Amino acid sequence: MLNTTSALIAAAQPDNVALPTVGPDAVAIALRVNDATRTVHAEPRMTLAEALRGPLGLTGTKIACNRGACSACTVWLDGLPVCACMILAIDVGTRRVTTIEGLAQGETLHPVQQAFIEHDALQCGFCTPGLVMSCAALLERTAAPNADDIRAAISGHVCRCGTYPHVIAATMDATKAHKG
Amino acid sequence: MANQNLRTETFPAGIASVGLGTVERQISADEPPPLPPNSELAVIGKSFPRHDGRAKVTGAIRFTVDVSLPGMLHARVLRSPMPHALVRSIDIAAAARQAGVRAVLPIATADDPNRATVRYIGAPVAAVAAVSLAAANEALHLIRVDYQALPFVADMNEARNPGAPLVHDETTAPAGHPSGFPAAPNLPLNGNVRGPAIARRGDVTQGFAQADVVVEGEYSTQVQTHCCLEPHAIVADWRADGLTVYMSTQFTTGVRHELAEEFGLPLNRVRVIVDAMGGGFGSKSSLGDYGRIAVELSRRAQAPVKLFLDRQEEQMDSGNRPGTWQRLRIGAKRDGALTAISLLSYGTAGVALGAGVGFNAEALYSCPNFDGAQHDVFINAGPGCAMRAPGNTPGAFGLEQAIDELAERLAIDPLILRDRIDPSPVRREERRIGAERIGWQRRHAPGADPGPVKRGLGVAQSLWMANVQINSACEVRVMRDGSVEVLSSVQDIGTGTGTVMAQTVAEVFGLRPEQITVRIGDTEFPAGPPSYGSRATASITPPARTAAWRVLQSLLREAGLALNAAAEDLVAREGRIVVRNDPSRGMSFAEAAARLRTDRISAVASRSDDYPGFRRRMDDAALAQQDLGGVQFAAVAVDTETGIVRVERVVAVQDCGRPMNPRQIESQVHGGILMGLSYALFEERILDRQTGRMVNPDLEHYRLAGPRETPAIDVVILENYQGNSATDAYGIAEPSNIATAPAIANAVHNAIGVRLHSLPMTPAAVFSALGRIPQRS
Repeated sequence: MLNTTSALIAAAQPDNVALPTVGPDAVAIALRVNDATRTVHAEPRMTLAEALRGPLGLTGTKIACNRGACSACTVWLDGLPVCACMILAIDVGTRRVTTIEGLAQGETLHPVQQAFIEHDALQCGFCTPGLVMSCAALLERTAAPNADDIRAAISGHVCRCGTYPHVIAATMDATKAHKG
Repeated sequence: MANQNLRTETFPAGIASVGLGTVERQISADEPPPLPPNSELAVIGKSFPRHDGRAKVTGAIRFTVDVSLPGMLHARVLRSPMPHALVRSIDIAAAARQAGVRAVLPIATADDPNRATVRYIGAPVAAVAAVSLAAANEALHLIRVDYQALPFVADMNEARNPGAPLVHDETTAPAGHPSGFPAAPNLPLNGNVRGPAIARRGDVTQGFAQADVVVEGEYSTQVQTHCCLEPHAIVADWRADGLTVYMSTQFTTGVRHELAEEFGLPLNRVRVIVDAMGGGFGSKSSLGDYGRIAVELSRRAQAPVKLFLDRQEEQMDSGNRPGTWQRLRIGAKRDGALTAISLLSYGTAGVALGAGVGFNAEALYSCPNFDGAQHDVFINAGPGCAMRAPGNTPGAFGLEQAIDELAERLAIDPLILRDRIDPSPVRREERRIGAERIGWQRRHAPGADPGPVKRGLGVAQSLWMANVQINSACEVRVMRDGSVEVLSSVQDIGTGTGTVMAQTVAEVFGLRPEQITVRIGDTEFPAGPPSYGSRATASITPPARTAAWRVLQSLLREAGLALNAAAEDLVAREGRIVVRNDPSRGMSFAEAAARLRTDRISAVASRSDDYPGFRRRMDDAALAQQDLGGVQFAAVAVDTETGIVRVERVVAVQDCGRPMNPRQIESQVHGGILMGLSYALFEERILDRQTGRMVNPDLEHYRLAGPRETPAIDVVILENYQGNSATDAYGIAEPSNIATAPAIANAVHNAIGVRLHSLPMTPAAVFSALGRIPQRS
């Protein structure tokens, strides 16, 4: 993961702006998720991961450690992969959220998704959405990632089934498909 | 069985890379004909993608944590902050009055002396169901518990001392299961020590007297936690007409039985469902405390209740691989022939049993004299449970290093020594292939590299049981439109069980696996096997093939009428049903199905006994005649200036009978190796012996091997045919995990010339072995 969530938030929030005090009761939070704006009523303490999985019903994003140590909950904020368990929904603001449900173009899978299937880069599948989001983000930002780039992009992801070798092979292959 | 119901058939037999022969078996008349070797098949033995791959990469597949029912409540469990205490009272009044709370369940109830004692930090004390997770969490803080602290012990060696605080008494100490797992029944209890479990053959005293060389060593292993990515999770829905449970479980059939017994329900009122499960590795084999709690809360609240553990609860109270200590003595003649092995072990599974070191020492090598004594030691820590090759994984860390040490003392190459003492022809071939792949001939003398980074090669072997669940059934249906379903309550733990079932059925019908709809993980379907003990494939693919074959016979009869041919002269292949000797006469599979008299036909088959019989049978489970082997080689680089061990390459040569889907098998072997590498170098539950508290109950301080620590892995799968069943397939999950840590340990010894006797092999442990820092007392 290249960007920490706190760095992203800091970059997005200028100094000297007094934020309004909200909560502890539920407030309306508008989120741009997978190209649609949806409003959820949630307590300000709700994380983005909880908002996605709960009121938004997007359960493809998984919570496994809930403290940024396993990257299972990886989504994109403005195209950059972040741990959705480490950012509050209310702090997302106007940034675009992309989840695993929003990665495919209709019926056409993202090349990383297709390559994961072909290379058997998944076993139980619980960490898979997060890994797919990190590998797909790498492909979007890097022209021709090599195996070390992929290792760097997915370090921080925990896969107990041990899919890393097939994940690396799949992403290398998807690189070709993406460019070709 | 009457003889007229048997027929004799000739099956392929042997290891494909060595050369196949045949074996004759008498099989029941309603068994399908012998399945040819994979090279002659269209679907089985090919690396088809998973049937649920698309659902998994799009996030569409439903895990238990994703289940949401109307009116569903959320539960949380209050856990003991004390390692050993008597609960004098639990006051739930304030919690019960809290807004949104629908049920409060006292668990460690003071009025029941058996339940009033908590024996580890994290033990359930009470539970709450509320309208939201937040409300449930807040209610936990309102429960007042009056604990009377009791003396505790959180260290295995201290627990063995006379006068150590007692974790259990005779009435509460687990006593072992009739089937022998996790420990033999009726073992004596002395203080905190249950055992010994004795295994003996020959006379070790005589054996050691005959030995030219005796090696002796002590080996210890740490506690490893399962770290399933999906937490233990259940949604319990208790209704007047029955109980439905969605659960992340390795065994729907077993959980259904547990629920029926626990809550006094008939089996036909209990349904267990799991669509996808996010890993188990042994820790999701049974109902568990959390399962009982959720069902009871649902019963009381009269609403569905969802309960999943957070990561801290996962680490402290969802099971673990017990820590072990063993002392091994091995005697041998100058040519390597073993004369005696003696094994003494102590291990701890916390408040539970199951901390033995398995049967490697007893059974891996030919040795006439063996004496084993294994002990469980209770301490005030969370219960251990089965984890990927329980017993044999910690056990092999000792035995395979001891055999390596013996080879060194005898000045015999470790592979040549194993050729002499290992009776398995399968592992012999695996050693040959693996040695070639890793480049064994370049292995140098221990510690021979001149620079600070020293490289080494090591080998280790595994031994595991070929388990079969007899209580395994499968239904296959063909619809009138030619669509096909395969159904069983068996669950897919992540290994691809549903995919190999689809392949099996597709092969019979001459279809493609994607044409078969897989319906599994639901006890509404015929009872399937557990996904543990490396037995799911071995148990469910034979009845899948048998059921499909029986349905096909009906279909061929219908087609035969239309084609004016006898059913036995027809074959199903490439989507068609054709006359064997005149393939121009035929019809499509769908056309044949359209001729059915009813909308669908189906057959249910159950797992037959292995054709040559079983070695042993225990209730629903059985052991095949043969063992599962596996040999792994590791290449490591040890930086003697930092103490860091880097595994550069692993070669794994494994066998699992007939490989059903090579790429899925390769995936599983990767998992076994990485779990073993992580065990060898990184993972450790750190329990503070002063407080009994796990100090790293998370995924950042509990260190796991990640992508950067993943070596190059070379997997070779033997095709090893035995003519044992309708598919001849066995398991791979556990054997692939056993040999990794000892192979790495032997490679580390080859690199630095010093042997490490305990896990994990951290930089500090390497420095300590090199004499660079004082030994810890």
